[in-house]
Amino acid sequence: MTTVAVKPATMAQALGRALRDAMAADPAVHVMGEDVGTLGGVFRVTDGLAKEFGEDRCTDTPLAEAGILGTAVGMAMYGLRPVVEMQFDAFAYPAFEQLISHVSRMRNRTRGAMPLPITIRVPYGGGIGGVEHHSDSSEAYYMATPGLHVVTPATVADAYGLLRAAIASDDPVVFLEPKRLYWSKDSWNPEEPPAVEPIGRAVVRRSGRSATLITYGPSLPVCLEAVEAAQAEGWNLEVVDLRSLVPFDDETVTTSVRRTGRAVVVHESGTFGGPGGEIAARVTERCFHYLEAPVLRVAGFDIPYPPPMLERHHLPGVDRILDAVARLQWEAEN
Amino acid sequence: MTVMEQRGAYRPTPPPAWQPRTDPAPLLPDEVPYRVLGTDAAAEADPELLRRLYGELVRGRRYNTQATALTKQGRLAVYPSSTGQEACQVAAALVLEERDWLFPSYRDTLAAVARGLDPVQALGLLRGDWHSGYDPRERRIAPLCTPLATQLPHAVGLAHAARLQGDDVVALALVGDGGTSEGDFHEALNFAAVWQAPVVFLVQNNGFAISVPLAKQTAAPSLAHKAVGYGMPGRLVDGNDAAAVHQVLGEAVAHARAGGGPTLVEAVTYRMEAHTNADDDKRYRADSEVEAWRAHDPIALLEHTLTERGLLDEAGIQAAREDAEAMAADLRERMNQDPALDPMDLFGHVYDQPTTQLLEQEAQLRAELAAQERHHESEGAPR
Ligand SMILES: Cc1ncc(C[n+]2csc(CCOP(=O)(O)OP(=O)(O)O)c2C)c(N)n1
Repeated sequence: MTTVAVKPATMAQALGRALRDAMAADPAVHVMGEDVGTLGGVFRVTDGLAKEFGEDRCTDTPLAEAGILGTAVGMAMYGLRPVVEMQFDAFAYPAFEQLISHVSRMRNRTRGAMPLPITIRVPYGGGIGGVEHHSDSSEAYYMATPGLHVVTPATVADAYGLLRAAIASDDPVVFLEPKRLYWSKDSWNPEEPPAVEPIGRAVVRRSGRSATLITYGPSLPVCLEAVEAAQAEGWNLEVVDLRSLVPFDDETVTTSVRRTGRAVVVHESGTFGGPGGEIAARVTERCFHYLEAPVLRVAGFDIPYPPPMLERHHLPGVDRILDAVARLQWEAEN
Repeated sequence: MTVMEQRGAYRPTPPPAWQPRTDPAPLLPDEVPYRVLGTDAAAEADPELLRRLYGELVRGRRYNTQATALTKQGRLAVYPSSTGQEACQVAAALVLEERDWLFPSYRDTLAAVARGLDPVQALGLLRGDWHSGYDPRERRIAPLCTPLATQLPHAVGLAHAARLQGDDVVALALVGDGGTSEGDFHEALNFAAVWQAPVVFLVQNNGFAISVPLAKQTAAPSLAHKAVGYGMPGRLVDGNDAAAVHQVLGEAVAHARAGGGPTLVEAVTYRMEAHTNADDDKRYRADSEVEAWRAHDPIALLEHTLTERGLLDEAGIQAAREDAEAMAADLRERMNQDPALDPMDLFGHVYDQPTTQLLEQEAQLRAELAAQERHHESEGAPR
């Protein structure tokens, strides 16, 4: 048996590999967006695809997000499986009309006759020192729109597996890429890409007893760091990585919180009207009698995403998570 | 009676004669970009204006090199240089009266500075201490706009409002070639033409939208041609010829001010640097193409005309350079100071009256910062 060298791969490379493998496996898969061809995308996720599959399958579009997603709708209606790239989170907004008025409801309005297998890749979130409009976390808007799946990987392996699953899905998937993790690395066997699981399953990244941190995407590494720091205080934290916001894996989350009796939801996007509110409500509904304290949220402030020089004060960090965990203790004892 | 029953009785009447609402011929752009420098028209151009344009071009170029240097020192997060496009920027600023408005895109720092915005303030967005941060009313410059083409309808609305109030104010809106593909561009042009709003759109066609060349952006004969379909004149101008851009924009502004409605001006120019310092232009264009455009440098073009006409000598050139150098030195010095930042500013200006939730979050951050302070003090660590 020959052993294949296990090499480190970045999340951006894993995403590119998923696109490549999906295109090789199915000629209906088309990649399109601004600068995805010759340049290979501003984050180089689509690097090499135009060369390998031709410009008809990896297409530099005119600069128009509504047009990109709108034409993808027509392409999907004709049997293709478009994967569109929105260059940055806030630049997806011109495409919202198409997303909300058509992409999300085509299956429903055609009584299931016309599903739209479109994957919409959106780099999102802050922490990279981006100028205005380059750091938004828009997941709450997508979650609030019935008919869309909303998925976000936090590890290199999940980036691959979830993107393959998203492209294979017969429903539209908003695939949120935490851009500050694009360069995070993990070992990777190029001969054997990671497993592809159906979307919709959360995973326990660390088991613990004191409390459950419920998180996803860019906040996962922060939560894992908090686990280490919490150990010094004698807290043994469990971390659930949601991976998929829609559908939501109630089972994994509920099982964990029933065991620990305490939960903190951690995410970067705003608190009020944010994903954490929905998650806390679900947890409370299912775990009320198991809870030793209210479910808390550690999330972004309710402000427009701040300029880079101030973003560190906005982003939920380890200290803020530990403060919340400490409050859970206090709530439980008083 | 159903429609089907009605059909039998239906007798088509011939349609009334169709006539175009507007004769498209006068709206169509020239076949080649309009030029002044290097033509007979150069001899007629106002010496005072040419000298002013020259001074601003030299300052603009120096500003671009200084800001690029600041990105290398980590003082700026990113800088989209407009080297090669200075003529468009400067003409856009100088053609406007004080009461007029400028709607720049994110690459148009020079236009904003030439219109009088403090050079440091013009970099606020890119430095990252505040988004925009200046009062648009002070110099009548809308915030430098990152989402492409979204400022164009604003320009139309403002110009329309000014006209409704009886003010002879003109709005000049800047957009790139890539931006002309956005829906907002088309909606803005249509509103402007239907309302006959006193607005001028200047497209700086610099060849690329990041990596995408114009040929993949549009199939139109030129971007100026797009105007005709909306019912406004399109003008094509050499974007490296400051005198020509100034003249064409001047005519468009005068036309708008006189109640003639909007104009779309396409300035054909070239982006000499990469999209930003984060971009690798080797991936999508050949050095030879960049070199070919270097021979058509906007500063050299104007310098040549000025010296030929005896309007500029070595001393004049030297003076312009010294003036630009002084501006750069001042910019460098002020940008090398850390901006005074207060994290509590995060909560300022979200609403007129902060929500109770925001007040809670403000208190939370204040407590966190105080705790950090105590921690540092007890550890004696430098802050
Ligand atoms: C709505 C929107 N989509 C995408 C982007 C990302 N983006 C920033 S600059 C750029 C290219 C712009 O090209 P062009 O309009 O020609 O202007 P130039 O950069 O050449 O001045 C792109 C795609 C954006 N800023 N806004």
